[in-house]
Amino acid sequence: MKELSLNILDILENSVHAGATRIHLLLQEFLEKKDFLGFTIVDNGKGMDQAMVDSLFDPFTTTSSTKTVGLGLPLLKQEAEMCDGGAQIQSKPGIGTTVSFWFQHTHIDRPPLGDIVSTVLMMYAVHSDIEFIFTHEVEDRTFEVSTTDLKEVFQDVPINNPTILQGIESFLLENKKQLYGGKQYG
Amino acid sequence: MAKINSLEELRKLRDQAKESMTARSGEAKVRIRASMGTVGIAGGAREVLKAIIDELEKRNFHEVEIIEGGSMGLDKEEPVIVVERDGFQTTYGKVQPEMARQIVAQHVINGQIISEWVIARNKQ
Repeated sequence: MKELSLNILDILENSVHAGATRIHLLLQEFLEKKDFLGFTIVDNGKGMDQAMVDSLFDPFTTTSSTKTVGLGLPLLKQEAEMCDGGAQIQSKPGIGTTVSFWFQHTHIDRPPLGDIVSTVLMMYAVHSDIEFIFTHEVEDRTFEVSTTDLKEVFQDVPINNPTILQGIESFLLENKKQLYGGKQYG
Repeated sequence: MAKINSLEELRKLRDQAKESMTARSGEAKVRIRASMGTVGIAGGAREVLKAIIDELEKRNFHEVEIIEGGSMGLDKEEPVIVVERDGFQTTYGKVQPEMARQIVAQHVINGQIISEWVIARNKQ
C-alpha cells in the first residue's frame, strides 16, 4: 500500500468481515512531547484464537479462498519495525480484536499517512449500519466523530446519501486542518 | 460546497438533501457494489468509490445504494464494481476513477452499458 490510510482501510474491512457491529479507530500523532505516529483499531467482531493471532504476521496466512499469500499485515509490521515502531494484535474469540501499529513520526522511511479523510468517509459510505468511531489526536488536541453523532444530525436522511457524504467529507477536512493547526503532520 | 466545520452546519445540509430526495423519489433504484478487499484497496478502490459518490452528487442522482461487495475472487480484475440495474448484474473490471464517472453517467443513471469494460453480465 502506498499510504498508511489504505492499510487502515484494509484493517477496518477485516473488522467488518469479522462481523463487528462497533469499530473504533484511534489515530495519534505527536511531534512535540514525543516522536510518534500510531493507530489502533478496536472491534467487537468474532475474534480469533491465539494460534490464529500468532499466524497473522506470517505472510502465508490469509482468509482468502482465491489467493494463497496475504501480505497486508506482515509487510506493514516490517515497515513499522524499520521505523523504530512495532505492531500488536490482541484478540479473544467472541469478544473482538484490537490491532495496533506505531512508527517514529519523523522516520525517513515512514510511509505517509495519506488521505485519512477518504478512508473514514468510506466507512460511512459503505458501512453505515456499523457504529464507527473515529478519534484523531494531534498533540493535546482531539477530534472525534461517530456514526451515532452523524445519524443524530441527519435523522431520516441516510448518511450514505451522496450529498450528505460530501458534507461529511468537508466536515472531516476542516476538522483535520484545525487539528493540525497549520503544522505539517500526516 | 461551503466549508463545514461543525455538526450544526452539517444539519443545514440535511434539509437540502431531504428536499432533493423527495423531489426525485420516482427514479429507478440502482445498486452499486464495490469490492474493498486488500487487492481492490491497493488497486485504487477507495478513489473509484469517491469518484462514484462525487459524480452521483454532481448529477443529483440519489436513488442509489452503494454497498461493499468484499473480495469477489476477481483479483486480476481489481478494482471491480458491479452495477445492479434493470434486472441485470453487470461487472466492470480494472475500473479507474475516470471510468467510474462514465459508468455513473451512462449506465447507473441512463441504463446504457459500456460494453468494452464489462467482464461479466448475469441476470439477477
